[in-house]
Amino acid sequence: MNMHPISQRLVVIGNGMAAMRTVEELLKISGGLGHRVTVFGAEPYVNYNRILLSSVLAGDKSTDEIVINSREWYGDNNIELFTGDPVVSIDCASRTVVAQSGRLVSYDRLLIATGSRPLAPPIPGLSLPGVCAFRDIADVQKMIASSGMHRRAVVIGGGLLGLEAAWGLKRRGMSVAVVHLMPTLMERQLDASAGQLLQRDLDRRGIAFFINGQTEEIIGNERAEGVVLADGREIPADLVVLAVGIRPNIDLARQAGLEINRGIVVTDDVRTSDPDIFSVGECVEHRGQVFGLVAPIWDQAKTCAAQLAGDPSSVFTSRAISTRLKITGIDVFSAGALMAAEASDEEITLRDDNRGIYKKVVLRENKVAGAVLYGEVSEGNWYLQLMQDGTDISVFRDRLIFGRGFAEQATGERIGSDAGSLPDDAQICGCNGVSKSTIICAIRDKKLASLEEVRAHTKASASCGQCTDLVKSLLSQTAGIDDDAKTPPVCGCTGAGHDEIRRAILERGLKTMDAVRQVFHWKKPDGCHKCRPALNYYLLCAWPGEYRDDAQSRFVNERVHANIQKDGTYSVVPRMWGGLTTPGELRAIADVAEKFSIPTVKVTGGQRIDLLGVKKDHLPDVWRDLNKAGLVSGHAYGKALRTVKTCVGSEWCRFGTQDSTGLGVKLEKLCWGAWTPHKVKLAVSGCPRNCAEATIKDLGVVCVDAGYDIVVGGNGGVTVRVTDHLVRVSREEEVLEYAGAFLQLYREEAWYLERTAPWIARVGIAYVKQRLIEDADGRRQLYARFLHAQSFVQSDPWAARAAGAEKHEYSTLMAEPV
Amino acid sequence: MSSAVEWINIGSIDEIPLRGARRLCVTLNGRPLAIFRTGDDRLFALVDVCPHKKGPLSEGIISGTTVTCPLHNWNIRLDDGKAVGPDEGDTMSLPVKIAGGDVLVGLPVETGASV
Repeated sequence: MNMHPISQRLVVIGNGMAAMRTVEELLKISGGLGHRVTVFGAEPYVNYNRILLSSVLAGDKSTDEIVINSREWYGDNNIELFTGDPVVSIDCASRTVVAQSGRLVSYDRLLIATGSRPLAPPIPGLSLPGVCAFRDIADVQKMIASSGMHRRAVVIGGGLLGLEAAWGLKRRGMSVAVVHLMPTLMERQLDASAGQLLQRDLDRRGIAFFINGQTEEIIGNERAEGVVLADGREIPADLVVLAVGIRPNIDLARQAGLEINRGIVVTDDVRTSDPDIFSVGECVEHRGQVFGLVAPIWDQAKTCAAQLAGDPSSVFTSRAISTRLKITGIDVFSAGALMAAEASDEEITLRDDNRGIYKKVVLRENKVAGAVLYGEVSEGNWYLQLMQDGTDISVFRDRLIFGRGFAEQATGERIGSDAGSLPDDAQICGCNGVSKSTIICAIRDKKLASLEEVRAHTKASASCGQCTDLVKSLLSQTAGIDDDAKTPPVCGCTGAGHDEIRRAILERGLKTMDAVRQVFHWKKPDGCHKCRPALNYYLLCAWPGEYRDDAQSRFVNERVHANIQKDGTYSVVPRMWGGLTTPGELRAIADVAEKFSIPTVKVTGGQRIDLLGVKKDHLPDVWRDLNKAGLVSGHAYGKALRTVKTCVGSEWCRFGTQDSTGLGVKLEKLCWGAWTPHKVKLAVSGCPRNCAEATIKDLGVVCVDAGYDIVVGGNGGVTVRVTDHLVRVSREEEVLEYAGAFLQLYREEAWYLERTAPWIARVGIAYVKQRLIEDADGRRQLYARFLHAQSFVQSDPWAARAAGAEKHEYSTLMAEPV
Repeated sequence: MSSAVEWINIGSIDEIPLRGARRLCVTLNGRPLAIFRTGDDRLFALVDVCPHKKGPLSEGIISGTTVTCPLHNWNIRLDDGKAVGPDEGDTMSLPVKIAGGDVLVGLPVETGASV
């Protein structure tokens, strides 16, 4: 047996995450003594975090940001590093390795961490330029370069890696199609229901899917031009990414005569069939299992380091692990069994299609054997813990699917361990390998006070975010800081958040900006361009008819009632109620455009007409002419009610079920002039064909035979959000009441510059329903407050200015020589 | 700079809103000029061109002695026309004085202002 002499030479084949993690663990144990370490890496880079390649592709991180250990680290720890020089042979008898460069090094102990290779389907065209895998930095650089020059990408493989590749390329502006051999996406991690929800959501984000698609060939002459499927379909592509899976990289081990199967076979002490040769990572097979996720690999690294340091008691056992997908805004969690497999297995599922939520827990003998979560994954770690601990769930079985909080209400005690009861060396962040003690030390020593700071200093929770709850609870236990309770301050002038300020305005009767700034100890006496418009709005909303609007705290557009353009001219958009206009109005617009030489006249997306390029000093005259034809301000420049888009409805359309145009006009007459936290757009569709696109508006009405479906919180901007269904009502009056009450709730409670979509995402549609549906009295009060506020604002600002108000805004100061 | 200055009279301070600005009808080498009034009643004059993308500073929100350009939120100091870090750049600032209740702005003589 090896007695672990003073200085042994450890040669490491592979410079990836598993290899360097083992070396790091070894340094931790022996402080760098006892081993001279030589590392060979095939890639020309230092050790980096492969898991984060998808973040690099998506543009969220740079390659520098995913480096784990710099060259200095290797130097500081006396580790000899040869990058870009793969080992090409091992001689177990003479205990030497030879690298591609011809370099020959002898070893006392050898660690093989050659990882895995991307699988390639056996099809023609693989060697064409424009075809690549998604495995290393070089691949990602190819993909990024390609996204800059080309338009269309096809990703072959709809697993975790393939979908992250697809999303990254989509984020880089390519049109992306995914070809997947199986009937549902990520079938190894998700059951069919969750896989379908995932496909629906990605489809909505513009990724095309070819499910059950078998790729036959990649075609192209000079470079890839497309892929052909077995059923004859052809998908054009300038870039083809192969992400069909990985295979342990075992060539070297095979050539060295080590025992191999699917991977390099190791025993519980991570030794290969040669006792001086260890192996860890994706190249390994342990008890018939191969590994593709990082958590068990960290455990292997730990065992390997202990064994190298002479501790024979450390053994590797594989434990339940979980997966998450790194696509912003898509929450997927999976651990253990995906579905009942044995007769005694049971499944509990919860499904809310409207909210896009799906949860399934698989039970085996009253214990959790697996969980698949989609859309709402916060309980994932709890289920994983119940699995790992083998907790008997029979007492709270009926509450299990609703999560920890609800289950604990029934049992009256903690179920499962929390972060506090984990051992100090427990790994909290799997992606970055950060232990509980590291996080606690960083919080204490560096006085960290927020999740963001913990992320910045320790990298914990900075990758997939799966451990965020654990990190938050450590922050709360160590420093007493509840990260969730912290809301962002309004601006740099204050530490106070929006809600806090709005509450104080009402409760303490603050009626001026100065009063608010005094109470909250503002750093600058008259605030800044961020807080001034916010405070002005909050006061305006809190004290209708009483607070005097401060023009100098409004953004230029709202101050001058027109939209500033990049050349300093303005645009003018008159209101067209419900999108209706008349020959007289159109004539007036045409006359104005000619009279004032307005260069551009454009129809807007909100069914109105935009006059662009108006000189500022012409604005009052333009408005006066428009007023004469009955046209008033469309508030296209404001955080205010913009448009109410309608279709023609039952008056003309053979499908129309109600008078959508008429209802749209009524809604616009009700709501126009209202100032809101951000712009507000409405629409009314006369039937579920939804020609007015009501389901991506802040508030939409979809008419049906039985009445009116009111939907809220939609957005067609950068992040498209489909509305949530609020309520179905049968009469127009009810639509008006709900709309007014909804707008008032938004006006009173959203943060300034927060659209309804993120607001609802923040507070939850359930809360909005509770305020507007369950609390009918509250709804009527909201509506009454809305009408009261409206009584002060529904006068045309253009008419006032055409008649001479705020004259200084529209003229220059005369000057004369002294 | 101690070069010669030609003063122009732009009238009463009341013509300029508190925490507001007015553009002048005068230009300097074709570039617009504006007068700014802070919350504590100090007056500053600048070439009304943001060093970033030429936005009209006189349309910005004024707080303390800085103005925020309405186009891309650069903050420009009213006293010397310099951008507040991290942004870099500046616009020309002009002397201002009060005489007989009127506001006077000084234009550099040799540059030939056109009224």
